[in-house]
Amino acid sequence: MSACTTPVTDPAVMPDTPPASWLGSDSASPVTLSARAADHIAKYIAKRGKGIGIRLGVRTSGCSGMAYKLEFADAPNAEDIEFLSHGVKVLVDPKSLPYLAGTELDYAREGLNEGFKFNNPNVKDACGCGESFTT
Amino acid sequence: MALLQIAEPGASAAPHEHRLAVGIDLGTTNSLVATVRSGMSVVLNDVQGRPLLPSVVAYAADGSVEVGYGAEARQSVDPKNTIVSVKRFMGRGRHDIAHIETLPYDFVDTNGMVKLKTIAGIKSPVEISAEILKTMRNRAEASLGGELTGAVITVPAYFDDAQRQATKDAARLAGINVLRLLNEPTAAAIAYGLDNSAEGIYAVFDLGGGTFDISILRLSKGVFEVMATGGDSALGGDDFDHRVFCWIIEQAKTAPLSLQDARLLQTRAREAKEQLSQHGQVPITVKLGSGEYVDLTLTTEMFKDISRTLVQKTIAPTKKALRDAGLTVADVRGVVMVGGSTRMPQIQHAVAELFKQEPLNNLDPEKVVALGAATQANLLAGNRAAGDDWLLLDVIPLSLGLETMGGLVEKVIPRNSTIPIARAQEFTTFKDGQTAMSIQVVQGERELVSDCRSLARFELRGIPPMVAGAARIRVTFQVDADGLLSVTAREQTTGHEARIEVKPSYGLSDDEIAGMLRDSFSHAGDDAFRRALREAQVEAQRLIEATQSALQDDADLLSTLERAHIDEAMTRLQHAMGGEDRRLIDQAMHTLSAATNEFAARRMNQSVQRALAGRNVNQLSL
Repeated sequence: MSACTTPVTDPAVMPDTPPASWLGSDSASPVTLSARAADHIAKYIAKRGKGIGIRLGVRTSGCSGMAYKLEFADAPNAEDIEFLSHGVKVLVDPKSLPYLAGTELDYAREGLNEGFKFNNPNVKDACGCGESFTT
Repeated sequence: MALLQIAEPGASAAPHEHRLAVGIDLGTTNSLVATVRSGMSVVLNDVQGRPLLPSVVAYAADGSVEVGYGAEARQSVDPKNTIVSVKRFMGRGRHDIAHIETLPYDFVDTNGMVKLKTIAGIKSPVEISAEILKTMRNRAEASLGGELTGAVITVPAYFDDAQRQATKDAARLAGINVLRLLNEPTAAAIAYGLDNSAEGIYAVFDLGGGTFDISILRLSKGVFEVMATGGDSALGGDDFDHRVFCWIIEQAKTAPLSLQDARLLQTRAREAKEQLSQHGQVPITVKLGSGEYVDLTLTTEMFKDISRTLVQKTIAPTKKALRDAGLTVADVRGVVMVGGSTRMPQIQHAVAELFKQEPLNNLDPEKVVALGAATQANLLAGNRAAGDDWLLLDVIPLSLGLETMGGLVEKVIPRNSTIPIARAQEFTTFKDGQTAMSIQVVQGERELVSDCRSLARFELRGIPPMVAGAARIRVTFQVDADGLLSVTAREQTTGHEARIEVKPSYGLSDDEIAGMLRDSFSHAGDDAFRRALREAQVEAQRLIEATQSALQDDADLLSTLERAHIDEAMTRLQHAMGGEDRRLIDQAMHTLSAATNEFAARRMNQSVQRALAGRNVNQLSL
C-alpha cells in the first residue's frame, strides 16, 4: 500500500463496508483521550485563544478507504455526540461515530515528529503510513 | 501510523493530499506565481531560478507557442507575432487602448474585445493570457509536485467587469480553478500586513507595467478594509518606456522605423529606464537595421523632465482617492510601494513629497502582490494555520441586485462597496391581488437580467391581496465579511418573510451544503444499521444455500433426528433473515453451523473414503 492517490470524495458519502464491531447504535462505546493527548489539546486550545474542544471524525478518502479528521471545535453542531475525557470535550458527528466507537486518541513522539495517534479498535487494515484505514 | 496535527475547523487535509494553492500575479510586463510553504509565502522560480515570467507570448507558423524569456527574445525578430503587455487588451475595445497606432500588431475589428491576427491564427487577449497562465500553472505544479487545487489571481482594483471576466475566462482556459480574483493592492496589503503586523491607514501605490492603482486601506487588528480605490488602467511603466522611446526618435532624428527597429528601440528604452533607477545617466547606443546609429545619453534629470506629465498622472488619482476616503495625507501612516516601476527615483520622490514621508520598500515591490495572493489562496483552499483567523474586508467586484418587471435589474448593492454591507430597498406588487413574489438575485453591471449572472431565486408568499402597487416589500441584501450574501424579503404589513443565502463565487451555498450534510447525519444511524443487516442477510442466505445443496447430495449420512435438527435450524435462520434483528440472524447462523458441524465432518470423511476406495497406499501421492 504505497501509492496513495485515491481522490477525496464527498465527506457525506460513506463507504459500503460497515464497521465490524458495530452492532447497533446502543452498543457504541465512547471515544476517549489519553491523559497526554488531553493535556496537549487543552494547551493548544488555550494558545489558540478559542475553541470549546476537539472534533474527531472520519471521511472517505485515501488509499485504504477512510481518513481521520482532527480539528478544533469552535461550536457544537446540533447532531454532535459529546464525550468528556480528562476535562476536554470531544465532539463526534453521528456519521463518524460508528467508525470511531471505542477509539482512544493518544499523543505520541516519533523521532523529531510528534502528534496525535488514533488507537481505533474498528480498524481492520490501514495503509502503510496509517493516514487512512478500513474498518 | 502517521502522526496528525489538529486542523482548523473544516480544514483537515486528506491523507497524502495537501491542498495546493497558489497566488498568481498576472502582470502586464511580468507575471509571478507564489505559494505558502510551511506557513511562509514564497515566489516559485523557474528551473533557471528566475522568479519573473515576462508576460510575452510568441506564436510561430507551425502553431507552437513560446512564453516568457524565449518569447521576449523574439520581440525584435518577429514583433507582429510576439505579443507583449496583453493585459492591456483584456476585455478592451480598440478605442480603449493607448498608443494603439504604435503597436506592431494586426488588430482585428470585432464587436467588443479586440483580437490579434497572428501567424498562428486570430487570437483573443483571453487566449494569449491563458498561455501565460498555463506556464505559471505548469511551473507551480512542477514545484509543488501535484495538481493545483486552485489559484488566487490578482487584478488591478480598477479593472471593470469585462476585464475581470476576461481574466477569469483566461484562467479557465488554462485549466486553473479560480478561488478568487483579488485586487492587487489588497494582495500587497496582505503581504505587508502579515509580515509587518503594522496597524493604521496605508496607501498602496502600485505602478506596474501597464496599470496604475492607488488604494487607501485601513489595517487594524489584522483586518484589512479597503476605504477607497482609484487609478488609471492605462498608465504604467510601458508609458515611461514609450516616453524614452519617443525621446530617442526625436533626439536621434531617425528615418521612419521598420517594425524590427521600433521594437529594438523600445527594448533599449526600457533597459535605459531600468538602469536609471541605479545610475545617474545611461548611454543609449543602437545600430538600426537601416544602418543608422543612435548614440545618446539619458540622465535622470532628463528622464524626469520627459516623464513629468506621467508622474503627475499618478499623483492626481492619489489625491482623489484620499479625498474619497475622507482623509488627508496626515492620516496616512505608511505608503506601500508595489510594482517594478516604483523603483524609478522620480516616482519615489513624488510619492515621498506628496505623503511627506518615505514610502515603504522593505518587500520586493515586484513580488508583494504574488506573495499576498499566495497567502489568500492558502486560506481559501482551506490550509489555514492556527491563528490565521483574520478576515479580509474587500470590495464587491460586481453589483448585486434583483430582477424587476420586464427582466430589468435593480441594483441594490453597487460594485466596489466594501464588505460587510447591508442595503435595503422597497418593492411592490404589479398585479391586483398578487399574493406571492418571485425574487431573483442577480450579479453584474448590465441592465438586463439575461446579461447578468443569476445567483438565486426564491419566493415570498403570504402577501395579503391588495391592489397593485399597494404592498410594501422590503428587500434587504446583506454581504458578510466572508462574501456570503443573504437576501431577505419582508412584507411590511404582515411581517411575512422569506430569505435565501448565496455565496456569489461558488456553486453551492453554505446552507445547501449544510442541508445536504444534515440529511446525511439524520440518516447516519439508519444507514450503518441497514448496511450491517444487509451484510448479515447475504451471509445467512449463502449458508442456507450451502446447507441445502449438501442435504441434496448426502442426506443419507444423517439420522432422522439429526435431519430434523438441521431443518429446524434452517427454518429459524430463514425466519430471522426476514426480520431486522441482526443479532438474531447471527445467532441463527451460529445454531445452523453448529447443527451441521457433524454433518460436514461426515461428508468430508465420506469424500476422502471415496477418493481412497480401491487404491493402495503406493498409488497415492501424498
